[in-house]
Amino acid sequence: MTSMLTQTDKVGFNQLGFEQFLERRIDPVWITELRKQSWETFQSMGWPDSRDENWMRSDLRGFKLDKYLPINETETQQVVGAPVRLIEGVDLGGSIRMDNGLVTSESLDPKYAAKGVVFGSLSRCARDHADLVKKYLHKQIESGVDRFAALEAAMWTDGQFLYVPKNVVIDKPLHIECAMGDGCTDLSHTLIVLEEGAEATVLLESNSPSETSGGCHIGGVEMELEARSNLRFVGLQDWGNAAWHFAHKRARIGQDANIQWTIAAMGSRFAQVDQQVHLVGPGASSHVNGVLFTRGRQHITYNTIQRHAAPHCNSDFLYKAVLQDRSRTVWRGMIKVDVGADKTDGYQRNDNLLLSDHARADSIPGLEILADDVRCTHGSTSGRVDDELIFYAQSRGFTRAEAIRMIVTGFFQQIFDRITIESVREALGVAIARQVRQYD
Amino acid sequence: MSHILRIENLHVSVEGKAILRGVNLEMKFGETHALMGPNGSGKSTLGLAIAGHPNYEITEGSITLDGEEITEWEADQRARAGIFMAFQRPVAIPGVKTADFLRHATTNVRRPDRKEGEDLIPMREFRKELKSKMEQLKIDSEFARRYVNDGFSGGEMKRAEILTMAMLSPKFSILDETDSGLDADAVKLASASIAEIGRDKMGLLIITHHDKLLEHNPPQFTHVMLGGRIVETGGSELARELHDHGYERIRKTYPDAEAANQEMLGKEEPATV
Repeated sequence: MTSMLTQTDKVGFNQLGFEQFLERRIDPVWITELRKQSWETFQSMGWPDSRDENWMRSDLRGFKLDKYLPINETETQQVVGAPVRLIEGVDLGGSIRMDNGLVTSESLDPKYAAKGVVFGSLSRCARDHADLVKKYLHKQIESGVDRFAALEAAMWTDGQFLYVPKNVVIDKPLHIECAMGDGCTDLSHTLIVLEEGAEATVLLESNSPSETSGGCHIGGVEMELEARSNLRFVGLQDWGNAAWHFAHKRARIGQDANIQWTIAAMGSRFAQVDQQVHLVGPGASSHVNGVLFTRGRQHITYNTIQRHAAPHCNSDFLYKAVLQDRSRTVWRGMIKVDVGADKTDGYQRNDNLLLSDHARADSIPGLEILADDVRCTHGSTSGRVDDELIFYAQSRGFTRAEAIRMIVTGFFQQIFDRITIESVREALGVAIARQVRQYD
Repeated sequence: MSHILRIENLHVSVEGKAILRGVNLEMKFGETHALMGPNGSGKSTLGLAIAGHPNYEITEGSITLDGEEITEWEADQRARAGIFMAFQRPVAIPGVKTADFLRHATTNVRRPDRKEGEDLIPMREFRKELKSKMEQLKIDSEFARRYVNDGFSGGEMKRAEILTMAMLSPKFSILDETDSGLDADAVKLASASIAEIGRDKMGLLIITHHDKLLEHNPPQFTHVMLGGRIVETGGSELARELHDHGYERIRKTYPDAEAANQEMLGKEEPATV
């Protein structure tokens, strides 16, 4: 009996922990209700296992949620030493800094605020702009998708909210930094709403104090692009190599609206990301660029869906991965075309470059087409780095490491050519060069 | 300038199979040597062994440059010391612009002590030099922006190799069939370019079957390779003889080497020129 008591007394992601969490919160009633429902869902579900297709190639055995504690909102969070990479030489229109899932500073150029733009802490905005947040929050990500989504919906501590009113153009990038301390947790949510004709650029980076840091991030991203709006969204995931990273990321694209979405996955020991773009209005378009670069024993999974629910939409997904050491990537791509989504133009591609015989890249492209008049193409390649290329470069004076770095950079060039923000191209170039191991 | 590349009793194996069986060769800066021989005799192997290809294992003998033993050096150390090879089939490097590749290569070769991450030759200065070399070799300026050898025609690849040679200005160049797969005009252009860039300005080891290349670059020495050895060395008249009459006399004169050559070719039909 004693041991039972100790078990239940321990505050973690358990009933007691959830109740104490609710007591600490200053949430509107509707949010509390959502949290309670999601908590029920969380309690009723088991962890995903290999029977679930999306988790078939993921091994969660090393993951123990009870090793992590909910962040206490009443305590000051400060993560020291996490490097910021995306804003070198960039004139920002606003920024949000988060530490362990809590917003610690926020700013927005007053000229945008005067036009009705909202950019700041999600917890605060849920109180100050309740109607707006309520309309969109957790509408795309169902808490029943899996246990991580349910936990995030129940216990998210904070996040960022961006709202750009009709026809307002934010001509300077907005920056979001999410730092997570070693061994800490980050349960945060990103909510972006662009009204008709609005435009914005958002640079989000997640980082840790050091390369070896651990921690647990469970997050969600929801983006709503109304008609003719335009969003450029960049996410650089650079958690420490001992961190767990679970995320659901969704975007709904309205009529003639356009998203250019770039993700770079560099960090974490294990990452499982569900990334979906739903094209819901005629003429909607999406360009998604994915850069994955793994080493050590990292395991990174991207499950992507490009869903065409309206006619005349365009989706173009390109993922490139470079793998070192004993790392592993899984990319599962699906183009879904609904009945009536004629004149769909869907493209998906995944190329993998293996720098080691012990690395492994799984690539599973897929199509589900229910409309008649569509054009969908997909493909994937995986290959070992060619020793003849290395020798050729060495015979021109490149060291072996320089040769490999150059080949890797060349491999990613196709993606760089698609990224329209210079600071992002440069930051990714630097991050990639840093990631290449020294080879003897 | 008095550089000297000396190859002594060189034995080379590839995947455990002996290819070179005791090659001796000495080249001085400013000399032009022709290396000829039937297919499978080991000409390219010699070139790649000098350039430092990791799959070409030197089991015996030595390569010295100006008296320094380079036998165990990595390919990049050799390149920085002044060894260059123009490849018969250069590889493509997608996503890497020719100009960027050459800028990095040129910097490393000119500053052999450069550490990784140190500055490259300033962009403006490099572009200017590259542009003038490209004009000299009649290469379209658009070339510099294309990815290294990616989608190049045979002729373009060979010219890119000559351009690289021009930029790196090595002490010794091995040209491995820089004329193969080219039409008559392209051979003429390549030959003239090699003469302009390389003649008297480096030691040239020209591996070829073609008399045009040697017409523009008359060799002081012609070496004939058979069965992994250099069996005969002569002047430019030897190159002419081989071009006109083939290797029949050589095969008959050196039956041991001929037997070795047949063995290396395995069951393949012996090819003659």
